Amino acid sequence: MVSPILELKNINKSFGHVHANKDINLTINKGTIHGIIGENGAGKSTLMSIVFGLYQANSGSIKVNGNEIKLRSPKDSIINGIGMVHQHFMLVENFTVLENIILGFEGETVFGEKLKKAKKDLKKLCETYNFNIDLDATISDLSVGFRQRVEILKSLYRGAEILILDEPTGVLTPQEVDELFKILRSLKDEGKTIVLITHKLIEIMDLTSEVSVMRQGEMVGHTRTENTNKEKLAEMMVGRSVLLRVDKPEVEKGETVFKVKDLTVKDDLDVIRVKNVNLEICSGEILGIAGVTGNGQTELLEALSGIRNVESGNIELFGETISQKDNYLNPRMLKEKGLAHVPEDRQRMGLVTDFKAYENLIFGYHDQEPYSKSSILNHKEIIEYSNKVMKEYDVRPSSPNLLTSNFSGGNQQKIILSRELNEKPKVLLVGQPTRGVDIGAIEFIHQRLIDMRNKGAAILVASVELEEVLSLSDRIIVMFDGKIVGEKINKNVTDRELGLLMAGVTE
Amino acid sequence: MSNIVVDKTKVPWWVSNVIVPLVNLSLALFVSGIFIFIAGENPIEAVKLIIFGSFGYIQGFAYTLYYTTNFIFTGLAFAVAFHCRLFNIGGEGQAYIGGLGVFLVAINLSFLPVPIVWLLAILGAILFGAAWAYIPAYLQSKRGSHVVITTIMFNFIASSLMIYLLVDVIRDTNQMAPHTVKLPEEIWLPSFEALSGVLGIKIRYSPLNLTFLLAIASLFFVWFLIWKTRWGYEMRAVGHNTQAAIYAGISPHKNIIIAMCISGGLAGLLGVNEILGVSHKIQAGFPAGYGFTGIAVALMGRNHPIGILPAAFLFGILYQGGSEVTFEMPNITRYMFVAVQGLIILFSGALENLFRPQIESFFVNRLNREVRS
Ligand SMILES: Nc1ncnc2c1ncn2[C@@H]1O[C@H](COP(=O)(O)OP(=O)(O)OP(=O)(O)O)[C@@H](O)[C@H]1O
Ligand SMILES: [Mg+2]
Repeated sequence: MVSPILELKNINKSFGHVHANKDINLTINKGTIHGIIGENGAGKSTLMSIVFGLYQANSGSIKVNGNEIKLRSPKDSIINGIGMVHQHFMLVENFTVLENIILGFEGETVFGEKLKKAKKDLKKLCETYNFNIDLDATISDLSVGFRQRVEILKSLYRGAEILILDEPTGVLTPQEVDELFKILRSLKDEGKTIVLITHKLIEIMDLTSEVSVMRQGEMVGHTRTENTNKEKLAEMMVGRSVLLRVDKPEVEKGETVFKVKDLTVKDDLDVIRVKNVNLEICSGEILGIAGVTGNGQTELLEALSGIRNVESGNIELFGETISQKDNYLNPRMLKEKGLAHVPEDRQRMGLVTDFKAYENLIFGYHDQEPYSKSSILNHKEIIEYSNKVMKEYDVRPSSPNLLTSNFSGGNQQKIILSRELNEKPKVLLVGQPTRGVDIGAIEFIHQRLIDMRNKGAAILVASVELEEVLSLSDRIIVMFDGKIVGEKINKNVTDRELGLLMAGVTE
Repeated sequence: MSNIVVDKTKVPWWVSNVIVPLVNLSLALFVSGIFIFIAGENPIEAVKLIIFGSFGYIQGFAYTLYYTTNFIFTGLAFAVAFHCRLFNIGGEGQAYIGGLGVFLVAINLSFLPVPIVWLLAILGAILFGAAWAYIPAYLQSKRGSHVVITTIMFNFIASSLMIYLLVDVIRDTNQMAPHTVKLPEEIWLPSFEALSGVLGIKIRYSPLNLTFLLAIASLFFVWFLIWKTRWGYEMRAVGHNTQAAIYAGISPHKNIIIAMCISGGLAGLLGVNEILGVSHKIQAGFPAGYGFTGIAVALMGRNHPIGILPAAFLFGILYQGGSEVTFEMPNITRYMFVAVQGLIILFSGALENLFRPQIESFFVNRLNREVRS
């Protein structure tokens, strides 16, 4: 009954001297959800980009439904029924859903009758799979979860039988994840085939029937999901056993480092996002902020790190006011006081993707010795330093001269983390510390954060991963609609309790 | 448009940075050839004239280098601002005002030792050019007025201001024409023929002078600034990702102003060549379009000093060779060569990517074949 729909044989792909895919063999059966996991930089995205025709393999063959095909561009893949949803969506913001799906559909101009038919077809697709999308809504009005659905719908409309999703849940809220999974399951039930790349093993266990593991460019194993578990998968991925929980010794809390009083913050559109927030963080403490994305965490972190003006209230750091309405210290001054910040959105804020890796590794510290002296960059020092931290944080490949956009997603995140953690800050603000990072690296990063806390740093962690908040924090606050709706000492707190608070249900 | 999608990771650097610009250039020249043909002249002869005119004899070659000097300055000016993603279209006006700076310094301080006068005049050019760029930069950074618009406006303002000054304030009162008196001969920059004369070689007049070396030095300066200093680093950060710059504590306001002022200063150096080196007085309209052509030079040179040098040289050849052609071929006017420049700008600037995918995929396929066999 099972028949392969996609077969890859001996696929090789190199970028310069980086051998991203080595003799990859992979068979994907029709009507299944197939998981692909592997460490950061293992070559997952590269492999799928080859299947989608974005990259061309150096050698190897690809068969769809038993027929060998040549993929020179995404157009070829679409003709062969392959669709891909990228992590960064490729939609035109000010067009409607319908326009986005229809425009650019090769060689067709759609007017009148055809448009009506397209709309009817799309409506039907939406109903079949419970998409719940208004075809006339403008993209810019849609949440991330809905935009992702538009991408899926677009692929389906173009006749995709195989749908590739590259880390689809990284940017979603837990509810959105649930809804996405419902859609994926119903797609499977209708006979579509799904390839899912993810770092979250729980998603693999929940959703897939088969899973393939990649490590350092090679395919190191295939297994049926029912014959494995999270621990085994983790071990296959990293090549050693991984502690899925970190040790956290008790430490004495120190003096108050951050003191936030009656803080109100507006976003760029002048909407109030943080409402009358009061909080304190002490040295030797990790304060976790739980909450569904978009409930003010971003703006709170931006205000604390000197990027955003506050509307009212004030912020004190080491007893000194650093921010009041229209008067705040900028990030550089705060850095001098020992504050480091890992921003939520690496592409938008944390990195200049057109810079080389070494340029990003000193970003924000570039004017300090030894990286520069009397305003002249000390290239030799910077490279030496880069080599050192890239090894330490296991950024792959550890080539300081590589353009940052050529690093895999997780490795880009590691570049930011190594930069901010390495400066031994006294205060650390972290948004989504491990988004897109593999479990081996998560373990390492969590360990680092805890070490820093043990040494007396004050740390604020905002994360949408409840598990992460629970395993790191000493104290947890929950944000909902810009307000702090709950605060708990992290002892015997359950997911459920936090989940309710996050949904705005207060006891 | 073209549907060719090229696997970018397989395109060798020399294809995108050397072959593609050369193909675009050839196309522009080909189309120009058609125009020359229609105008009733033989394009092949025209090419011969261009090459002979710009390389064939020392004096011609010196002219070529003189034009190259100007294009290096204006090309670099555009490139520096561009690294901060600012389109400084105002090189023309900044050069004009830069010339005023050179003249005012030189005429008022001519009693000082000569090398000091030169140095101060160069500083005058930089400061005046930078000041003229400062205003649009300020308006961009504080009020969000787009530099493209304001720098164009400032070209007109510079031009009107200079005409006013040349007619009513600093005109040589013994003359009717709108230009100033000449600077005292002692402080002129040594010309190429004077320098060769010292070595015992006799050469006929050309406007090439010591400023050429200043242009070469500027190439090094810009390379160093952009890639080796903190300022260049910060300007590039702001240019590539303003959000990230703010996050890193790099001020976009400050860097917009720095980039524009350096850009304006470089454009101002054109005044050193023209006034201290060649005409020794300010004449109305002396920047003569170099500021605008500098945009094309920078685009062709991919905003990198290593690219700007050959691009400036190429435009030098066209200017010098072109004037030879208009001299020898009665049917070809000066304006014809303005059109040729326009075509080059069109093909290597605006239509930069017209044939890029085809060329790149051609090479990618070829190279693949070689690998397989
Ligand atoms: N365009 C490129 N140029 C050069 N190297 C590249 C390019 N794209 C990817 N690589 C390299 O290929 C390797 C595999 O990258 P890939 O993006 O496939 O990893 P991944 O498995 O998706 O990792 P992650 O989980 O971090 O997303 C990495 O070492 C990466 O640096
Ligand atoms: Mg990836």
